[in-house]
Amino acid sequence: MSGAEKIAVKVTDIVPLNELVTRFEFKRIDGGLLPTFSGGAHTVVEMQDGDITRLNPYSLMSDPMDQTAYTISVRRDDEGRGGSLFMHRNVKIGDEMTISYPVNLFSLDLRAKKHLFLAGGIGITPFLAQIKQLERFNGNWELHYACRSESLGSYVDELRGHHPNETHIYYDDQEQRIDLVNLLDGQPLGTHVYVCGPKGMIDWVRQTAEAEGWPREAIHYEEFLAPQPGKPFEVKLAISNKVIAVGENESLLEAMEREGVDAPYLCRGGACGQCETRVLDYTGNFIHRDHWLEDDEHASGEKIMPCVSRFEGKILVLDR
Amino acid sequence: MTIQFNDETFRDDYSFYNSERAIKRFPFPFHEDSYMYSVNMEQHRGGPVDSVYEKRFDVDEHYVSEMKDRALVLADDPLRCQSLPHMTLAGWDLLELIMVSKSEDYPDLFELHRDGNTWRWVNKPMGIDHTFTFLDEATLPYGPMEYITRQAQGDFAVLDQRDDNLWMDAGMVTTQADWSLDFDIGMNFFEWHAPVPLAHEKGIFIRALKFLLNIQQGAPARRLNWTMTVNPLLDTSPENYHKWGIQKTTLTPENLGAKQHLRVELQTFFRLPRSNALVFPIRCYLCSFQDLMTVPKWGRRLHRVIRDLPVELATYKGFIDNRPMMLDYLSQFDDGLPTSPGIWPDLDTEPALQK
Repeated sequence: MSGAEKIAVKVTDIVPLNELVTRFEFKRIDGGLLPTFSGGAHTVVEMQDGDITRLNPYSLMSDPMDQTAYTISVRRDDEGRGGSLFMHRNVKIGDEMTISYPVNLFSLDLRAKKHLFLAGGIGITPFLAQIKQLERFNGNWELHYACRSESLGSYVDELRGHHPNETHIYYDDQEQRIDLVNLLDGQPLGTHVYVCGPKGMIDWVRQTAEAEGWPREAIHYEEFLAPQPGKPFEVKLAISNKVIAVGENESLLEAMEREGVDAPYLCRGGACGQCETRVLDYTGNFIHRDHWLEDDEHASGEKIMPCVSRFEGKILVLDR
Repeated sequence: MTIQFNDETFRDDYSFYNSERAIKRFPFPFHEDSYMYSVNMEQHRGGPVDSVYEKRFDVDEHYVSEMKDRALVLADDPLRCQSLPHMTLAGWDLLELIMVSKSEDYPDLFELHRDGNTWRWVNKPMGIDHTFTFLDEATLPYGPMEYITRQAQGDFAVLDQRDDNLWMDAGMVTTQADWSLDFDIGMNFFEWHAPVPLAHEKGIFIRALKFLLNIQQGAPARRLNWTMTVNPLLDTSPENYHKWGIQKTTLTPENLGAKQHLRVELQTFFRLPRSNALVFPIRCYLCSFQDLMTVPKWGRRLHRVIRDLPVELATYKGFIDNRPMMLDYLSQFDDGLPTSPGIWPDLDTEPALQK
């Protein structure tokens, strides 16, 4: 089996927060306790959408010490391949679902003297759990959270209500911007920066911090990519001795799973490196979309991350 | 099965012994007639009944005496137990993991009663009955890692995970095969493995690190490692090399069977949930050559492995000078017959020694 251990859960609460975001609560079907986790962890939610099994990662946002329930928040992506739409439209209270054990690819650096959180939109969710974790141990943190508008500001009221001194909100439609250079300049020695949000925001924070002389190890980021649709292509799997077709709306990883090929994975979002696969032969072009491989590895044509990356061309042979 | 705990020592008069049961369940580390490094990892999810693999943390007849020996080592050298300030949460994780595992796996020996954060821990073999507040250090006599590892066999390296690496940032190390926590504290995975020969060239450590970084909650892993120790010493540390190193020169053909021990480490790896750290318990098992030779398959195989081991490894493991004497002894128990695959003794199916 690939992926983390599985847990059978029941949907126990569904709360629409605003036009785009809905919160889901899960409890164990057997009534037992869920594993504790560390702030920043995600779970992979399995969705049975007709014949298609969708596996999407979502950050856990509940208190890591609360073993009675997990909560996640799902932003509806009308342009996506359907996972978030399935959660919004098809999932009902009482439904039984399967989720994975928590996996953390965005954990706190507990050496930090201060944790500076930068969130964009739905990127707020891992910080909600990290804040709860730090509050329990009197951790030093500060949040700067950019949302599109007041009406789309998920959890703004809760954060401002509980942590008025630590929470700073910025609304795009009111032309409010994080003054990043000054913010970074004013941080005490030993501060670690964490950013979760759209790719543009992550790149902006990483580049600004590097230009300001911050050590690479003090900047932490997480962006789960959703696999993007693309032209269908064929791939030969050398070990399994199979030729499979990857459809327009499925990822290469999903196509392998559909054909019964046991391919390793954890995050399914181009971040963890678990599904890295050797390319044995190809004629054509790769569409690399992951954060895992380095630029020279992308250029080499020797590796692909099948969870998010695609291929256009005549021949692709993989070591699976 | 109720365990009869041995009253024994691992120093001075060396009254350590293995019962017949302990010999049969000894984790013999060679699955074939030769040995080379590999990332030989497998899932740690139980194993044959009464094997050292069966429980998450094996408790055996040496438990009480090993914990007495640990207390003696710590009294002499408190730096055998260290925890950098950011590792306290990982210490609580480890305390929880061991208390939950032992109380579930050995309900006749250990009890854990939890009422919110008020926990009562009962350790019957060591006579402990203690109520404390989880996550409140002031309610324990030691830090959480030290508290629980004074009650758990084996060494414990608690590794922080960051920057795609593992960092030796906490540990309890009193039964080690010649490495020092005080020296390695704060090092990363490649730094603390720097002295190991051959394995770097083989890319072993890059693959091993990648595997370890991906160990997830609920899916622990394990492997065996081994070396040689003269006299049943738990504490073969660099700090005390002046005490035990010299003992390697006391071997004679007459005393070798009793004094020379195969030292096997059952290494397990667990992701710690609240801290996202990784704990690496290193459990040491000792067995004298003469006890090992009561299993015909192990006698045949140990001779062949030691005979054919590369010089670099015999040197690194510290027995190159004694190897000829060991081979003279072991060759008496190798009749040239083939051996069955795997590590188990196979006493019912393997033939008795044919010479």
